[in-house]
This record gives sequence, structure tokens and C-alpha cells, in this order.
Amino acid sequence: MAHRVYIPSDEDDRKLDAHIGSLLRAGTLSSAFVILLGGLLYLAQHSHDKPDYRHFHGVSPQLHTFSGILSGAIHGQSLAVIQLGLLMLIATPIARVLFSVIAFFAERDYLYVVVSGIVLAVLLYSFIWH
Amino acid sequence: MNSLELSLVLCLSSLAAGLLGALTGLGGGVVIVPLLALAFHIDIHYAIGASLMSVIATSSGSAAAYVREGFSNIRIGMFLEIATTLGALLGAWLATITPTKGIAIVFGSILLFSAAVSNRRRPVPDPNMPADPLASRLRLNGSYPVEGVRQHYNVRRVPLGFGMMFGAGTLSGLLGIGSGAVKVLAMDEAMQVPFKVSTTTSNFMIGVTAAASAGIYLSRGYIDPSLDMPVTLGVLAGSLLGAKLLVHAHPNKLRIVFAIVIAALGIEMIYSGITGRL
Repeated sequence: MAHRVYIPSDEDDRKLDAHIGSLLRAGTLSSAFVILLGGLLYLAQHSHDKPDYRHFHGVSPQLHTFSGILSGAIHGQSLAVIQLGLLMLIATPIARVLFSVIAFFAERDYLYVVVSGIVLAVLLYSFIWH
Repeated sequence: MNSLELSLVLCLSSLAAGLLGALTGLGGGVVIVPLLALAFHIDIHYAIGASLMSVIATSSGSAAAYVREGFSNIRIGMFLEIATTLGALLGAWLATITPTKGIAIVFGSILLFSAAVSNRRRPVPDPNMPADPLASRLRLNGSYPVEGVRQHYNVRRVPLGFGMMFGAGTLSGLLGIGSGAVKVLAMDEAMQVPFKVSTTTSNFMIGVTAAASAGIYLSRGYIDPSLDMPVTLGVLAGSLLGAKLLVHAHPNKLRIVFAIVIAALGIEMIYSGITGRL
């Protein structure tokens, strides 16, 4: 071989993988539970509505923002509860990246602290930008 | 249909899509948009929003199963996620300015592409190939279990793979899909990553990529709770069920059938886009 090949510590990486796997599973299942809860509430209250998805008019602005979703969910508004579950779903992979930043830091793998830090910054930018 | 009936029908058809996607490895997300847009006449912006949510659920939900196999390469995934998330931002922005017609035509083309590559013979890279110096510096080279022994592999052509991943991210943000087909192709063909590693690593990356466009979708009103509830739960349940069944299934014939369905949906999307029926 022309140059030396660095082999990352597989054992550490696999342990990290396992933690990440359970984090993702827990995040997905708890989001699904909240979505289901909101969904049952919605169907109990609005089962005879005829929603129009044919024409795009955008979701009500209250369901666009963290504060709007949170205050709606606290007041038991079914759509806000579903939206809270969807937010948790989106937050799950973001939490995974945040966890990786910390784990790489603990491994003193500073190159990958920077790499995962960049990914985290892009994700947060997408949320805070609007 | 009232919302109760509609939710039930949407949930069941999404469940079928998730199940087929998991059994064939082609991903359920790719048929959600055509299903919603063509069969239910749902506006394409709501459809890509619902699809993106189900893609995140599937990717995160199945990650635990993939992890146990010990194939994924966390460094390759994290490094390439820089490209896919930046691409996803571009794609989500493009989605807000591209007319429905344009989205439908690009979507149809991607469906045809996914169907075409689904049955290709996947390359087995030579472990003695020299690594890309960039791959060594980034510590992307790794190993994976082959018949109980850990087999080393070298990663090649990092800049090409990175560029293709940017494209995959853009498509994901524009169309609300995981674009697993493009991601796997970039790792298999460009970077010469063994296919077991590329498949699992791609699954890991899909959720993070989709999360990057989700913030923009949310603020633009594409994420409709009453629609996304049955679709997301249906696809998630279907994909988890599919992963359980996979142990005993023989998916080769099924994969060919599903690829034909995807291709037919692709033609229908392009036709509907051109004639302006969406």
C-alpha cells in the first residue's frame, strides 16, 4: 500500500452506534405516541370535517412556530398536539447529531467534533432561519 | 370522504407503501408523494411535506435494527451529511419557487431512475485498492464483518462522492424523499464502499438530511398535522413490520414488481406534470 491507512477504533464506534440506535428508537416511538394521541383527539372532535388538501393554502401560522405549537398543545388543541409529535420526530435526528458531537469530544476525536458540529449548525440554521 | 374515513384509507395505503418499501429495500417514501398526489389529488406541497415526515420516521425507527448488524460507518455518514444537509437547504428553497409542474417532472424522473438502479448488480470492491489520501486524512476507511471476520475496506474518490451527496440532499429537499437510491449509488460506485456498509450508512443519513429541510417546510406551511398523522404513522408501522418479516421473505420477485410499480408511477407523474393535471 502506498501510504499508511488509519483504522478507526471500531470497538468505540460500534458502542457509539448502539447508543445512537437506542436514542433514535426512543425518539421515534415517543413522537409516534404523541402523534397518535393528537390524532385520536382530532378524530374524536373533527371526524365529520371534510378537509381540503387539493389546494395549497398553507397550514395556519400558529402551527409554524415552536411557541404557537407548544401553547396550542398545552391547551389540548388536537392539531397542535400532532404538530408537537412531528416536531419531536424532526428533533430526533438532530439530537443524534448533537449526541455525536459530545461523543466525539469524549473520544477526543476533534476532527469529527468539527465535522458533526458543522452538520449541527446547518440543521439549527434551517430551524432558526425562518 | 370525511376526515375519519380519509385518515383510515391514508393510514392503510401508507402502511402498504412502508411495508413494500422495507421488504424491497427501495424505501416507502418514494411512492408516498405519487400516491397522495395521483390517487388522492392532494396538493404536491402537502404531499412532499407528509412524505418527508414519514422518511424521518422510517430512518430513525429502523436505525436500531441496522446498528445491531455492525455495518454502518459513522464517520462516512457524518462527513457526507455536511453535503446532504447543505443540499437539502438548497432543495427546500427550490421547492418553494419551483412550479408544481416542474416538481412533478423531476419527481417522475427520479422514480424512473430509482426503478432502473434497483436491480443493478452491486460492485464488490477490492480491499487492496489504495485509499483516497483525503479518505485516510478524514479516517473514513473502516471494516465490517464478513462471515465472522472483520474485513477492512478503503474509501476512494471522496470529492466525487461528496458532490453526488450534495445532489442527493438537493433532491431530498426538493421532493420530500430520502433519495436513498442516489446516496447508495454515490457510496457504491464513486467511493467503492462495500454495499452492506453503504446501505446501512445511507439509512442513517436519510433522517438527518430530511431534518435539514423539515424546518423550512414547517415554516412554509407544508407540514399539515391532520394529513401527516395517518401517513407518518402508517409508513412507520409498515416499515417496522417489513423489517420483522424480512428474515423469512424472499424479496427478489417482489423487488422487481415494486420496481415496475415505481416506474409506472414515474411515467404517470411526468405525464401529469406536463399536462398540468396536478
